[in-house]
Amino acid sequence: MDAKGRVHKYGNNVDTDVIIPARHLNTQDHKELASHCMEDIDKDFVNKVKEGDIMVAGDNFGCGSSREHAPIAIKASGISCVIATTFARIFYRNSINIGLPILECAEASEKIQAGDEVTIDFNTGIITNVTKNETYQALPFPEFIKDIMAKGGLMNSLKS
Amino acid sequence: MGMTMTQKILAAHAGLDHVEAGQLIRANLDMVLANDITGPVAINEFEKAEFDQVFDKSKVSLVMDHFTPNKDIKSAEQCMQCRTFARRFDLDNFYDVGNMGIEHALLPEKGLVAAGDAIIGADSHTCTYGALGAFSTGVGSTDLAAGMATGQAWFKIPSALKFELTGSLPENVSGKDVILHIIGMIGVDGALYKSMEFTGEGVKSLSMDDRLCITNMAIEAGAKNGIFPVDEITEAYMEGRVNRKWTKYEADPDAEYDETYTVDLSALRPTVSFPHLPENTKTIDEAGDVPIQQVVIGSCTNGRLSDMKIAAEILKGQHIHPDVRAIIIPATQQIYKECIKLGYLDAFIDAGCVVSTPTCGPCLGGHMGILAAGERCVATTNRNFVGRMGHVDSEVYLASPAVAAASAIAGKISGPKGGK
Repeated sequence: MDAKGRVHKYGNNVDTDVIIPARHLNTQDHKELASHCMEDIDKDFVNKVKEGDIMVAGDNFGCGSSREHAPIAIKASGISCVIATTFARIFYRNSINIGLPILECAEASEKIQAGDEVTIDFNTGIITNVTKNETYQALPFPEFIKDIMAKGGLMNSLKS
Repeated sequence: MGMTMTQKILAAHAGLDHVEAGQLIRANLDMVLANDITGPVAINEFEKAEFDQVFDKSKVSLVMDHFTPNKDIKSAEQCMQCRTFARRFDLDNFYDVGNMGIEHALLPEKGLVAAGDAIIGADSHTCTYGALGAFSTGVGSTDLAAGMATGQAWFKIPSALKFELTGSLPENVSGKDVILHIIGMIGVDGALYKSMEFTGEGVKSLSMDDRLCITNMAIEAGAKNGIFPVDEITEAYMEGRVNRKWTKYEADPDAEYDETYTVDLSALRPTVSFPHLPENTKTIDEAGDVPIQQVVIGSCTNGRLSDMKIAAEILKGQHIHPDVRAIIIPATQQIYKECIKLGYLDAFIDAGCVVSTPTCGPCLGGHMGILAAGERCVATTNRNFVGRMGHVDSEVYLASPAVAAASAIAGKISGPKGGK
């Protein structure tokens, strides 16, 4: 379970209304949601993003509405991991539950810049910035969450 | 070490004598809730996992309030999916157009949530029910699907911030000003992952509507939940509504808090959150000259009867500014009927406002009051993020019903008479 890709960088308090505006919540289609991902703060994101890319942001990422459509849109757009200084708690739960890896790491959030190539080892929590030749240590997932993610999300973990 | 009020409720629902901050638990739930936006995603997950029953048909609520009355074909289909699910499992608490209201006004009004409960809802403002002394928090659709199937959810036990309230509110200052002031003080992530526990002798001066408004916006400070102690006001509110046993929990005297803040209610002023974050607060005295084009009075934050009363008293016999459109949304059918009976609807309509059936509509930029580029709205809602009520270049200013009504008349952000 690793990630490798180029970085899309955002600031503090990225809210779920800008990740996926409410006017698009009349659908549950993952591809359609992805086609509007980030459009209110970064119109070009959907054109730039490539499968495996990584999103990096500052404090309180995913604040606001509980809409699971937000991590769904990010995941379906091809993003393989979101790194932030902190996450809003509902967004954090939702991401784990749908199997979108997210990591809290203040140093990575500060030092990584847009366009950097980054690799992530989820087992150790080590984030490597290939472009800048730096590494940053995020807290790896607790066992409880590793278990949910290994089983492919919360619903699958309940069945097993 | 003692436990906070929140920790005690969670411990009891996990069958434990004692819990500590950071501990992971699995708690039994008294109510799980979803709406017409989050419900369909939860139902998809529920069905994909091939569950064939809900844990308790009296403890699952589905409320069709966000894009209703259906704003377009896709919204109609989302409601139909919820309706079909509710019928399949014979849910006791399915609220459709005709008997629905805005969920966080409706559930307390119907007595479906009570002191001591543990509640999850696939809506971030589920934290509202802490006003009744319940543990109540927002989750996403997958957590909700799991909750509907198993009646349980996992939680990390939160630490807490204590808000010691003193004094009582001055004229024209209400619960909205209290919570906006607090969010301005601690920031939109000031309570991240934590409980906000409100306490102190000032609590007794706050009506249930004030308390519901305050806990409603705990999420805007990043909190897991907000909670008030259970007192005579809580008991009077539940009397005749809650037809089951409820439990009063109290924080231990030696409970530990990360921080304690003292808030002197008598020193508060009408407060406005400027774009684009709820923490960008100014008192009405600092607001300056801000012309507006729209006012919205309603939502799960401020669509209750006392909010309607405050607005009606200010608007009665007045007329709103010619450049302003004012949209008033009583949060439930019961509140709507009371507004008719008490003459508030006459006051609103004679003042040039429109009055809508219950809906979340404009609060999240869904329908019923979308803003064009460059337009500004004073709203009693809860979020003023970029694009929240429409165009990315529109602006939302969060305020109390008193400020919103006074601003509608003035055509710019204004305090109510006596408040300024």
